[in-house]
Amino acid sequence: MLTIHKSGMQTTVQDFGRTGFQKYGVVASGAMDPYALRIANLLVGNEENAAALEITLMGPSIHFDEDHVISICGGNLTPQLDSKVVGCWRAIPVAKGQTLTFGKPRSGSRCYVAVAGGIDVPAVMGSRSTYARAELGGYEGRALDSGDQLAIGEASAAQKSAAHNGSWFVPSPSYSPNPVIRITKGRQFELFSEQSRKHFLSETFSVNSQSDRMGYRLDGPRLALTEAQEMISEAVVFGSIQVPADGNPIILMADRQTAGGYPKIAEVITVDLPLISQLKPGDRLRFKEVSVEEAQHLLKLQEKKINSLKQAIKYKRGEAR
Amino acid sequence: MDYSFSPLGDQAIVIEVGTAINEYTQKEILAISSFLEANSPQWMTEYIPAFTTISVVYNPLLINFDDVKKELAALLKGASEITPSLPRTVEIPVCYGGDYGPDLEFVAQHNGLNTEEVIAIHTGTSYTVHMIGFAPGFPYLGGMSEKIAAPRRQSPRVSIPERSVGIAGNQTGVYPISTPGGWQLIGRTPTRLFLPEKEIPSLLRAGDNIVFRRITAEEYQTLEEKENADHT
Repeated sequence: MLTIHKSGMQTTVQDFGRTGFQKYGVVASGAMDPYALRIANLLVGNEENAAALEITLMGPSIHFDEDHVISICGGNLTPQLDSKVVGCWRAIPVAKGQTLTFGKPRSGSRCYVAVAGGIDVPAVMGSRSTYARAELGGYEGRALDSGDQLAIGEASAAQKSAAHNGSWFVPSPSYSPNPVIRITKGRQFELFSEQSRKHFLSETFSVNSQSDRMGYRLDGPRLALTEAQEMISEAVVFGSIQVPADGNPIILMADRQTAGGYPKIAEVITVDLPLISQLKPGDRLRFKEVSVEEAQHLLKLQEKKINSLKQAIKYKRGEAR
Repeated sequence: MDYSFSPLGDQAIVIEVGTAINEYTQKEILAISSFLEANSPQWMTEYIPAFTTISVVYNPLLINFDDVKKELAALLKGASEITPSLPRTVEIPVCYGGDYGPDLEFVAQHNGLNTEEVIAIHTGTSYTVHMIGFAPGFPYLGGMSEKIAAPRRQSPRVSIPERSVGIAGNQTGVYPISTPGGWQLIGRTPTRLFLPEKEIPSLLRAGDNIVFRRITAEEYQTLEEKENADHT
């Protein structure tokens, strides 16, 4: 079990989110940076989709009521065990009575704390992810608060016997504060004026402070349609970039609604979504177009890399053979 | 039937069935939905029907965009033969006006009617559920009379109570969960539209017909208590 002593800015329980219920309007939710969550789980021997804590910018203070093995992946928010800085992207044994706190965000804006056995909250519609707006999933359907106590699932025998001396780690992706984000053209791309299309693919945009798990609002050159059009609502996805009438694009994120009625100029490719999730207000980004084929090819390459990482982690944990 | 296909990022494809909202397009979409429900290809993660489109989310590690397009085109030849099940009619009891519908008076004045007339018009029609979206269990309804249309509020309310019935432009709808919003609120239903504990978490489904029935504040209380008792 673990107890939250200070809540931090926004700490929620997340897994890969709800699939299959968007046709009923149920928001998918799930980790903003699914890559980091996945590696965090692999490092402690969990199922890749196990529930973990998603921590945002100002981290919480977490007290461990038992011995556990944890890992912290994602942005580097300066995690500390009993005030001693610990490394990210590795398995860390923690002893009963220790406290995990966070300091200054050094890179990125979100990290995941996975615990061997997984965060044990009830699954709702097949997922443990928190969707606070509908008070759904996670811990009582809300972000964690001080005093909350979270149960941890039973770790398997293999998880318990695994070796972790904290000396080896998985390389962290680089979370640049000014990345070039690859996109594929949106369904309404051609409806935007020539100048807007050009600006979108060449100018720099900055992340507005009104950005959250639902969407990232961007400031930059205003984007306009060649002529105003009444749009018919249709599905949107994680990474859809829609442009409301005010001309400021919004990148739809994990807690996006299932459908939207604004024109979509682009979709962020799946492998680049974590780069967006790790941006902070004020960070700057540019967009670069790739084809859907290329985006899918990049995803396959990433999957290959993850699979070899998986083997390496198993070997290091002494699970191989 | 020829559909047009376009990518929605690298994990989804949009099947465009028509370009205008009409009964024919809606029937087609219902038929495709039933077909995909019964014949889910292994690479399909889920499908999301809308007014004129169905989006299919797929696993790009199993199949690429061009093959999804080909497979869907072939699969959907079978879909047009499916007769969607007959639409259900769902009755939604509503207590109009008062604390439940603080904007009923505004809607009446805006249209040069009295509140009784607004209620009579609102309850006097059957509405079609075009799609579920925007919020869990929220129905986009077609069929409201223009006689009771009303603009959104100048400044949206920070929080609209769940199960409020409202009007925005010439649309009417019911908020399944409490959200911020600018709709003119004309009443509230004791019926829950979002049922997270159920296998199908939405009371309503695309294709349903719904009718609103006027109830008194006493009936509202009784029905709400019953809902709460059934729920817990």
